[in-house]
Amino acid sequence: MDAKDWLLLRILEEDSTQELSEVADLTDLTEAEVEDRVSAMEDDRIIRGYCASIDWEKAGEGVAAATVNLKVTPERDFGYDRIAERIARFPQVSSLRLISGEYDFEIRVTGRNIQDITRFVSEQIAPMEQIRETGTILVMKSYKENGRILYDRKEGERLLFSF
Amino acid sequence: MRDFISARTHNIPPSGIRRFFDIVQEMDDVISLGVGEPDYATPWVACEAGIASVEQGQTSYTSNRGLPALRTEVSRYLGKRFGIQYHPEDEMVITTGASEALDIAIRTVTDPGDEILIADPSYVSYSPGVMLSDGVPVRVPCRMEDEFRLTPDALMEKITPKSKAVICNFPNNPTGGVMSREDYRGIAEIICDHDLLLISDEIYTEMTYDGEMTSAVQAEGLRERTILINGFSKAYAMTGWRVAYLCAPKELCDAALKIHQYVMLSAPTMSQYAAVGALKNADLDREEMVTEYQMRRNLFVRGLNRIGLTCHLPRGAFYAFPSIKEFGLSDVEFAERLLIEHHVAVVPGSVFGPSGAGHLRCSYAISREDLREAVRRIEAFTTSL
Repeated sequence: MDAKDWLLLRILEEDSTQELSEVADLTDLTEAEVEDRVSAMEDDRIIRGYCASIDWEKAGEGVAAATVNLKVTPERDFGYDRIAERIARFPQVSSLRLISGEYDFEIRVTGRNIQDITRFVSEQIAPMEQIRETGTILVMKSYKENGRILYDRKEGERLLFSF
Repeated sequence: MRDFISARTHNIPPSGIRRFFDIVQEMDDVISLGVGEPDYATPWVACEAGIASVEQGQTSYTSNRGLPALRTEVSRYLGKRFGIQYHPEDEMVITTGASEALDIAIRTVTDPGDEILIADPSYVSYSPGVMLSDGVPVRVPCRMEDEFRLTPDALMEKITPKSKAVICNFPNNPTGGVMSREDYRGIAEIICDHDLLLISDEIYTEMTYDGEMTSAVQAEGLRERTILINGFSKAYAMTGWRVAYLCAPKELCDAALKIHQYVMLSAPTMSQYAAVGALKNADLDREEMVTEYQMRRNLFVRGLNRIGLTCHLPRGAFYAFPSIKEFGLSDVEFAERLLIEHHVAVVPGSVFGPSGAGHLRCSYAISREDLREAVRRIEAFTTSL
C-alpha cells in the first residue's frame, strides 16, 4: 500500500463505477497500472466488494431499520466469535459490531416494515440462549447514510472571477 | 471641481479583467476556471465555533493582536506543521485576511523610493500595495523552465543598492509553483548577504501535493528577516470570514501592529473564534479537500497536455498555468475568445505580471465534471484556430 493505492481506495469508495480512464487521470497512473493495483487489493481482500447505494423507499419498497443492542454471554474458548457468527448469518442483519459499554453487540436490522423487525428480534434474536438482553431502537428517518447526505442542500455561491 | 483623487491612486492600474466580468454576467452556461477560492464550504466545526461565539455574546473587539486562544493555536500549528516557532505574545498579529497582513507588511517596511522585489508572475495586489507606499515594485521573473520557482540568479540580477525587500508567494498563485527547502536556502543566502527583508505569503502551503510542505522561515538566516503571512482562507475554505495572521520577530511585529491597530483595530471576532475551531478540529476536512484537489489537478493537467496545451505540473495551490504561446494569440485575446466563443472563463497570465504573458491561469477548484467539460471546450476552441 502506497499513497497511490490509498487514493485509489478513496476514489472507489466514493464511486466504484467510474471509467477506468478517469480513475487513471485522477491518480496520475496508466490504466494498466490502475487495473493491476486494484486487482492486487482485491486479491488481498482490502477491497471486499462493490455495491450500489440505494434509496429503497424511493424504489417503492417498504423499508424499516433498527439498531438493536444486545447483551450476550460469551462462551468459554470462543468468547464472542461463535455467537457473532450465528447472528451474522441472518440476512436481516446488515451490520454487526462488538462494542464497548453497557451492551456487547450492536446490530443493524432491516426489513419491509416495523412488524418484520419486531418479529425478527423477538422470535429469532431474543430467544437465543446466549442473549441476555435486547434493546431495540427504531429508525424514524434517515438523514445521512454511509457518508451520503440524503436531503436537498443548497450550495453556497461563489464569484465567477476572483484572484 | 478639482480632481480629488490622489496621484498615487491614479497611478494604480485598474484590474486587468474588468471586461471579463461584464461578459460573464451575460452568460448562463459559463464554466469558470477563474475562481480563486475553494469550492468547499467551511468545515462545519469551524462554523459551529463561530456561531457559538455569537450566541455567547462574544461580539466585541478582541485585543489588537487577536484572540490569545487563536494566537496560541497558530503558534502550535506552525510548530507542528513546519517546526518553526513564533511566540504568541509578541511575534504575531491576527489580521483581516491575508490581504490586510500583506498591506501592513508592505507599509511597515517601505519608504518612498525603496525597491521591493516581487517574484513574477504574482498575486495581483503586491505591486499596487508597494505603489501605495511610494515604493518601487521590481519584478523578478520566474520561468516555466524552472517550474516557476524563484531562482537565486534571477533574484541577483534585480538587486540594486535601493533594494529593500522581496515579496514571494509559494505555493504560487497563479503558477502553482512551489519552493523546496533547498530552493529557499538558495535565495536565503542572497537575502542575507544583501541585508534584505522577505515578505513570504504562504497562504497556499497546505495545498502542496508532491513533496514536503515548506516555509521560507525554515531556511537558515531567514527567520530574523521574514514577515510570514498565512491564514485560513484556502486551507480551511474560509475566504468569506476574512481572517489570517502575520508573524515576524518582535520589533517588526510591533511596528506592523501599530498600523493594524489604527486601520483595522482587530480582525472580526466571530471569525477568530471560527479559526480556533478550524485549527483545533478541522484537520480531517482539510486533508479531504487537499486530496480532492490533488486528484483534480492530475485530471486537469493531463487533460490540458492531452489537447496540446503545454503545462508544467503545478505542485501546489489550485491553479494550472498552461502556455498558449503556440496558438499565435496573446493570452488576453485567447482568454477573451475562449470566453465569448466557448463560454470558458480563465484569467490571462499577463494580469499577474509580464512573466505570465502567454499563459492562462486556470483554477481547478471546481467539480471534476466541469473540469472535463472545460477541457472539451478548450479543445474545441484550439482546434478551431
